[in-house]
Amino acid sequence: MGSGTSTQHHFAFQNAEKAFKAAALIQRWYRRYTARLEMRRHCTWRIFQSIEYAGQQDQVKLHDFFSYLVDHFTPSSNHERDFLDRMFTEDRFPQDSEMEKFGDYESIEVPDNYTGPRLSFPLLPDHATALVEAFRLKQQLHARYVLNLLHETRKHLIQLPNINRVSTCYSEEITVCGDLHGQLDDLIFIFHKNGLPSPERAYVFNGDFVDRGKDSVEILMVLFAFMLVYPKEFHLNRGNHEDHLVNLRYGFTKEVMHKYKTHGKKILKILKDVFCWLPLATLVDEKVLILHGGVSDMTDLELLAKLDRHKIVSTMRHKTRKENGKQVKKEEANQKSSAGRPTPWFLPQSRSLPASPLRLGSLQAHRAGRSSSIPCGAPRDAKELARQVRRSVDLELDRCRQQAGFPVSWGKEEASPGVTADSEAGNLRERDETISWSLQVVDILWSDPMAQEGCKANTVRGGGCYFGPNVTERLLQKYNLQFLIRSHECKPEGYEFCHSRKVLTIFSASNYYEVGSNRGAYVKLGPALTPYIVQYQANKVTHMLTMRQRISRVEESALRALREKLFAHSSDLLGEFKKHDADKTGLITFSDWAEAVESVLHLGLPWRMLRPQLVNSSTDNTLEYKSWLEDLAKEQLNRENIQSSLLETLYRNRSNLETIFRIIDSDHSGFISLDEFRHTWKLFSSHMNINITDDCICDLARSIDFNKDGHIDINEFLEAFRLVEQSCSEGNASDCPQTTNTNDNGCTH
Amino acid sequence: ITVAEFHKKIKDAFEVFDHEANNTVDVREIGTIIRSLGCCPSEGELHDLIAEVEEEEPTGYIRFEKFLPVMTEVLLERRYRPIPEDILLRAFEVLDPSKRGFLLKEELIKYMTEEGEPFSQEEMEEMLSAAIDPESNSVHYKDYIAMMVIDES
Repeated sequence: MGSGTSTQHHFAFQNAEKAFKAAALIQRWYRRYTARLEMRRHCTWRIFQSIEYAGQQDQVKLHDFFSYLVDHFTPSSNHERDFLDRMFTEDRFPQDSEMEKFGDYESIEVPDNYTGPRLSFPLLPDHATALVEAFRLKQQLHARYVLNLLHETRKHLIQLPNINRVSTCYSEEITVCGDLHGQLDDLIFIFHKNGLPSPERAYVFNGDFVDRGKDSVEILMVLFAFMLVYPKEFHLNRGNHEDHLVNLRYGFTKEVMHKYKTHGKKILKILKDVFCWLPLATLVDEKVLILHGGVSDMTDLELLAKLDRHKIVSTMRHKTRKENGKQVKKEEANQKSSAGRPTPWFLPQSRSLPASPLRLGSLQAHRAGRSSSIPCGAPRDAKELARQVRRSVDLELDRCRQQAGFPVSWGKEEASPGVTADSEAGNLRERDETISWSLQVVDILWSDPMAQEGCKANTVRGGGCYFGPNVTERLLQKYNLQFLIRSHECKPEGYEFCHSRKVLTIFSASNYYEVGSNRGAYVKLGPALTPYIVQYQANKVTHMLTMRQRISRVEESALRALREKLFAHSSDLLGEFKKHDADKTGLITFSDWAEAVESVLHLGLPWRMLRPQLVNSSTDNTLEYKSWLEDLAKEQLNRENIQSSLLETLYRNRSNLETIFRIIDSDHSGFISLDEFRHTWKLFSSHMNINITDDCICDLARSIDFNKDGHIDINEFLEAFRLVEQSCSEGNASDCPQTTNTNDNGCTH
Repeated sequence: ITVAEFHKKIKDAFEVFDHEANNTVDVREIGTIIRSLGCCPSEGELHDLIAEVEEEEPTGYIRFEKFLPVMTEVLLERRYRPIPEDILLRAFEVLDPSKRGFLLKEELIKYMTEEGEPFSQEEMEEMLSAAIDPESNSVHYKDYIAMMVIDES
């Protein structure tokens, strides 16, 4: 740095040069720093996404599990048969009279000390506004009003078309919002920032209002209320989460039963119907198509407009778009469930196809070769095809029913005696129709855009497809549209354009994975239909965090989830590690570690990038894998445990188990009996090749039944293996809670 | 560390940004990838590298097949080494000739956006959010460096 006496100019020049270089250095260093943060952010995102999608794949596996049961499990007693019976049969397709009964709210009394919001019908705008305010103050709407509102909602939805049509002539601006997933804060924020719905301010909510977040009920109430108040301006599209089967797994069912202990079941029943009546898409000025997931090369808007959307009770049944003929049979057979008779809601992928070749050729190619657009079969072929498929499906059904111990007479019920040729043809046509309908709906509710051209099955989600820019282009041209707005995928900025800005993804649940993980966004359209996007993050905390802190927080959350997953596969990992350690040194290289982990978890994550955060390495390049696994376990458990393999298994299958329990608990009481628990476990473990003895399960079951009344609270069970852990940590293994009473409830050894 | 190890590292980093799983990444992400592999190039050096891995007719995408050999050599030659803490400190001191121990917000902005390889507005805002102590409206660079360095490890 210059002294004062030398020529100013000379030193000034030197100083300037030094300053320039210094600045450049600092910038260089800083850019590297932010790049590394960026990398961490991307990796974190990948972790969350891969775990989320793996969960969805789990759902598919669960269906496989049930199919396996029907195929292979022979109930040994009436008791078990009833149990299976209950697991597999779904309630009948609700008739109108039943719906009236379920919508019966008048008999429900609202106590005088109720301080929550009250509704009267017909609803006025003030009611809807008051509802928002009440929820903001954390009040809960009484079940009577909930049911009343749902009843009115259903009446309204029934007369809506499958595709809503909105015009910017009436409302000058239209705001489109994406997934909310039970995050009421985001909805309140949107209304606060953008304004409440009104005749001048139209809204379209593009599905996935429920699940995951904790205020799904409240969101539905607000959305339905505004829809009733402003029927011309307020529109809702169905999302893939507006589906009672999905809700079983992803939290909505649990939320309803928790908030409405007495009337929850009624509410769920009518909701199931309400969901089916939600429109499938919205069209703005005949130019902008808004739907939840996406499109496929088979999307047919005319068909979508005229199909009977109410028949698609759940897209879970029709989701799996496997590229073989078995799938066709499954979907065929599934249609019976909507025909109004009790049938297994889940049908087997038959292991033994009849020998006669089903003429699935064209249909199979139709599905397998997704980039071709063969129309859905010429009428004659389709009929013959359907007839053949139906016959073989019936055969399979009978066989499976017999195996599972179902009364075989059911099989006969399907083929109604005395059916004439015409009505048979009519039935077949109906069957054809319903298959193609359901595929249309699955596509628009589950598909995701991709950058490559073409159209291929969406194996990550297990339903719908990935559609490329050419598919979009073709659709837009065919129906003379300008662009597509869809949701369904979480985006870091809350929105994303793709396909040369012809597809806009809009996602309105901010901080979806974790506080600070992403922004939410909504899009406004004026008469010119130019999209104007508004982003937000409905959590003050995040505003005050620096990028570094935000990323760290979210990253820690992702890593925790990842460590949990790793722990849940400890045994498999150990096996893999050992393969890389032929010399039995107890050590493997980091490279081996990465390979082993990916081969077990199949998450497709950049393990080498993540390794520093998952492995504390004291050595240069090697890892003592056994102690690493032990450390993982210590994090997850409070003590080392002889039953660690059991716990590990429970961890891994936790959400599957929860879903199964909820299905068994058909009256939504929140309790299942010890017997049911034991049966469930037996079935589940036999399918998953889990070597846990019955004794172990019985002990576990009894230790969970704390008040020894023979029932297990589902919610407590899911926490129970931690409790078992904690209570055992006080003593040693032999102090594990054993049942002391002799009042066994069926746990025979 | 063997060449094979380098290859795997490079592949992993590349794949994070290979969104379509077709062994290409957007050219705008190349800087992030290179820097997260431990290198610390200047913007100018980065542009040179990109020119090496780009297609003859730039497509906006970089293919892995072209990236791998170039990046391997960079790692083997230990090019673009990160800047040691003490050098960084001296750089700040150059900008603070009266040795106050801090830079005012305006000064930092001036240097970062007018000198060297200037920051974009976004980069500037990000740096300020973490660096500036709101009470004194200045950055105490010694502490700042220490904080960032801990972060890295």
